[in-house]
Amino acid sequence: MDERPGSDRPGSADERAAALSEAALAGDRRALARLLTAVENRTPVAEAALRRLFPLAGRAHLVGVTGAPGAGKSTLVAALIAEARAAGRSVAVVAVDPSSPITGGALLGDRVRMQAYAADDDVFIRSMASRGHAGGLAATSAAAAAVLDAVGFDLVFMETVGTGQSEVEVAATADTTVVLEAPEMGDEVQAIKAGLLEVADLVVVNKGDRPGAQRTAAQLRAMLSGAAAPRHLDAARPGDAVRPGDAARPGDAVRPGDAAQPHPKHPEVLLTTATTGEGIAELLAALDRHRANAGVNGDRATVRLARAATMVWALVGERLRDALATGEHAAATAGVVAAVAAHDLDPYTAADRLLAALTGRGEP
Amino acid sequence: MTERPIKVLIAKPGLDGHDRGAKVLARGLRDEGFEVVYTGLRQTPEMIVTAALQEDVDVVGLSILSGAHLTLLPRVCRLLRERGLDDVLVTAGGIIPDADIPTLADAGVAGVFGPGTTIGEVAAFIRANVRPRD
Repeated sequence: MDERPGSDRPGSADERAAALSEAALAGDRRALARLLTAVENRTPVAEAALRRLFPLAGRAHLVGVTGAPGAGKSTLVAALIAEARAAGRSVAVVAVDPSSPITGGALLGDRVRMQAYAADDDVFIRSMASRGHAGGLAATSAAAAAVLDAVGFDLVFMETVGTGQSEVEVAATADTTVVLEAPEMGDEVQAIKAGLLEVADLVVVNKGDRPGAQRTAAQLRAMLSGAAAPRHLDAARPGDAVRPGDAARPGDAVRPGDAAQPHPKHPEVLLTTATTGEGIAELLAALDRHRANAGVNGDRATVRLARAATMVWALVGERLRDALATGEHAAATAGVVAAVAAHDLDPYTAADRLLAALTGRGEP
Repeated sequence: MTERPIKVLIAKPGLDGHDRGAKVLARGLRDEGFEVVYTGLRQTPEMIVTAALQEDVDVVGLSILSGAHLTLLPRVCRLLRERGLDDVLVTAGGIIPDADIPTLADAGVAGVFGPGTTIGEVAAFIRANVRPRD
């Protein structure tokens, strides 16, 4: 075990990636951890490893868990781990906490809630710092999840930083997105604001033992479920509003030309108390149900296309930037940027010139 | 890409319930630019080593005030070695008599920091002694 492939040992990046990948696929958790470090640091080893591992991914259920700081994301994930393990499923977690914009340091505290599984090889928990990436995840979280998927974990939870109203990136990364709300999150108007709640496949009101939890869940059901929201004003009948599990009545969901579709996803609203395990079995069942339905109704294909596009475009952007900012183009690029700084050149013309230089259709 | 931040695990082995020091250190090292994984109170050596392995940390910092350091810290060091984490820097803090430091050093604890140590001293020690990173 004291061979440390992937570190500063001799051998090409590809050789080290091959050694690490093979070991990780064979169940070596140390190799897996080192691979994830390489992914986080975006090293050549990581790239070579992902070339090998990506084709093996796509089997795990990727579940995003997001919500405000302190809503109980980590505690909920810990409870879900217990439930999934009881059913014999292997679980990996990518838990993201914010990096300091000042020092680059981070305090990664999600593990505190998930420490009961030290002796269980089928539970793997990895903390990641966001490293300046906005949107709720780290820039490399999706790649990390792909590695965990490839080595065979059944369930991969991606826990975001504590989010506000608009960090919706996780929805483009996960198969199923769970948005956590704490009781007394606000009035009904909060539930109809655009943003986080719109991307939820499942809404969970955690801390179900607190006062107001039932009421919050009822309000969210009323405002989010497709069945309850009146399509036309005259359709709003009292007594029609809060019926959990009603959201996906056949024939009700997709009506072409229906401009009043209030929430395209009609998320189920569940009540949990993660600290006691109350409602967790139901949540895991709802996750499975969502995955099965998404496979049938085409949502999975849509989500996977969106995820692929996000990954590819991010890399295209990165590579364009690298190509322009380093090597033969570096000096010319710096000159164009300086011209923009001096207001001698507008940023749009600057971007066009840089792209033209790259494609050989002009000089910067 | 700039060199990645040093990743540190701060853990409290054993049964004492005093984690103020560990939290102050975790926060202080965060401010020094480290990525600090905090695992909380009442950790067994097995839990600590599993966390160190999965997180691929460079440093394990153990805070202990219970008096059980001669039992728990060598066990953490031994388990780290057994699981291939022999390049991880192990440091300790808390209430540890000077007379016990040589024993802990033999076991693999590279630095022992008692009351009065500044965050800056700990950070400097880590930077000087951490394994080379990719």
